[in-house]
Amino acid sequence: MTATASRTRTRTPKQRPLRTRTLRTRRFSVRVRPRVLVVGAALLVVTAVVFVLACVTGDFGLPMPEVLRVLAGGGEPGARFIVVEFRLPRAVAGLLVGTALGASGALFQSVTRNPLGSPDVIGFGSGAATGALIALLMWHTSALGTSVAAVAGGAVTAAVVLLITWRDGLHSQRLIIVGIGIAAMATAVNAWLLSRSRVQEAEVAQLWLTGTLNGRTWDQVAPLAVVLAALLPLAVAQSRGLGLLSLGDDTAEALGTPPRPTRVIAIVTGVALIGASTAAAGPITFVALVAPQIARRLTRAPGPGIATSALTGALLLTGADVATQWALPSVEVPAGIATGLFGGAYLAWLLTRRGGPRD
Amino acid sequence: MGTVTERVAGPPKAAPRPPGRRLPARASGLAGWLAVLFVVLLASVAIGTKDIPLATVLDALVDHDGSSPDQALVRELRLPRTGLGLATGAALGLAGALMQALTRNPLADPGILGVNSGASAGAVLAIGFAGFQHFSGYVWFALAGAGLVSVMVHLIGSAGPGGATPIRLVLAGAALSAALTALVTAVLLMRPEVFDAFRFWTVGSLAGRQADTLWQVLPLLLAGMLLALALARPLDALTLGDDVATSLGGRPARTRVAGVLAVTLLCGGATAAVGPIAFVGLAVPHLARRRSGQDHRWILAYSAVLGAVLLLAADVLGRVLTRPGELEVAVVTAFLGAPALIVLSRRNRRSGR
Repeated sequence: MTATASRTRTRTPKQRPLRTRTLRTRRFSVRVRPRVLVVGAALLVVTAVVFVLACVTGDFGLPMPEVLRVLAGGGEPGARFIVVEFRLPRAVAGLLVGTALGASGALFQSVTRNPLGSPDVIGFGSGAATGALIALLMWHTSALGTSVAAVAGGAVTAAVVLLITWRDGLHSQRLIIVGIGIAAMATAVNAWLLSRSRVQEAEVAQLWLTGTLNGRTWDQVAPLAVVLAALLPLAVAQSRGLGLLSLGDDTAEALGTPPRPTRVIAIVTGVALIGASTAAAGPITFVALVAPQIARRLTRAPGPGIATSALTGALLLTGADVATQWALPSVEVPAGIATGLFGGAYLAWLLTRRGGPRD
Repeated sequence: MGTVTERVAGPPKAAPRPPGRRLPARASGLAGWLAVLFVVLLASVAIGTKDIPLATVLDALVDHDGSSPDQALVRELRLPRTGLGLATGAALGLAGALMQALTRNPLADPGILGVNSGASAGAVLAIGFAGFQHFSGYVWFALAGAGLVSVMVHLIGSAGPGGATPIRLVLAGAALSAALTALVTAVLLMRPEVFDAFRFWTVGSLAGRQADTLWQVLPLLLAGMLLALALARPLDALTLGDDVATSLGGRPARTRVAGVLAVTLLCGGATAAVGPIAFVGLAVPHLARRRSGQDHRWILAYSAVLGAVLLLAADVLGRVLTRPGELEVAVVTAFLGAPALIVLSRRNRRSGR
């Protein structure tokens, strides 16, 4: 495993030397890669543009200048109401959920050293769906209850996967095999639950299972923002340790990064991130899997790339939501459908390209 | 990914034995499993929601006189259901073994490589837009969907510079599955009446399928099985890698095309008939390889028998566990298959692969 990981890692970003600059102050020094900074800045700019587009898009036509005035704090009361109460929460939810998914995917893929080691694959999504379905179809809970049950279901699934996997450290391949196994069990239960319920309820559940940003309010966005504010810095701070782990456990240990706690912290952070996003928008597929891979290709940098993955995730989800609203203005297409379609097509395209996803 | 997955698949560490003594062991093992299959077949006919005395069941099978409704029940409900389980179980086991050999990927499974979602998408689009209500109408669309996805996964997986490595194929399968699942969900959300039918189909089950389903799907499955068995030797060569296979006079490309065709017939037919069933295709070849070593003639034979045993046993179990109701067979196989897979991966590790 170690041999494969290091071999693929050195091969992926073309055979071009990576430029690195070191910034020093008196007490700290940070190594930065100019390309990563440029890519990060570009992602920020594009995401900001898409965010404004998200605020302009909607049933009720509002001209761009008016929306910009509202975003700057002014504007007509009517326009203000529409933007602040309806469009902003949805757009912000897209940003935050995408950020959480991207960061979580980068953490998981880095810990498992595997492009397939995304939260979806190791069963979090299916487990969260099971929790939500039990709450919706058997206990008939409110939206809040569904969210809580979803997070609980996902966390329990992840815990089961980890407990089974955990013996001498965390073996990446076993994690994925166990994850696929547990996910398949959860999927079977989900299909069974859907088949045993009344059709109207099953339809509501199916919509929830797809993952959507439609009709998000500040009630869903605010808790997510609080959680992200705490977790995102924690996730980004783990970049160095996770990067060292890719050199192999022994090397990492020798360089002062104990492998086991590093992995535990990364996984707990990843689960918390994706749990918060699932509570806010349902299980949105593919962003956690694809965002880190796109980010890696853009930056061509080794290491987990958590910050760039988070930015990519935010851009992907917001962009997907805007794109579906434009493409099919008359139907409310859940964002999860768009991410599935575009994400799948993108990954397929990526595979046919030179130096596609690491393998 | 590459290395360790191959380790999972790696040859079981059998004690080196003279080649002459392998054959009887394999043959008697297979005979033993055939006996088990016979018992399971009998159990599948004998056990059900309604208690029917074994004597009546045997009468219905051997000496049918149409005298009692119980005999009719056995002949008209349980027998076709058992036949469907036998055919689809064997097909799924074979398909799994084929896929794992073709992709050299021990995680290959109709679900993982996207064949299930291709069949689902074909069926849903046919029901949703072409108005097909009956199995005989949409089975061809399901089959076409499965075939299209198999080919696309293969094309996408091997289009890059590195060729068709296991991980590329799994990624291609994941990519297409995701896109197709999204498409299916979109149709389901727009067409509630399709959703209502789909939610029963998507939890794979041998119950409640139309009686003539077996006869419609059987030619497809048989064709797939014959093609699969004909591929045993070329698959042995392929296991050694494309270069070695070529230098031994094999034609990897032709083997792959034929293999994809067989997988399409087997998986697509089975999935269209009974809905997506996970884990039979994944777990069975692993068990088969432990019993039979690396010779694909034996792996395929074992996989077909074990697949049928697993599916039928799971179906019977589902009927016994929740009497008088019943648990769909796909739920049972998931709960049997997942732990088996996990135990398997741990045991491989313990033996210090």
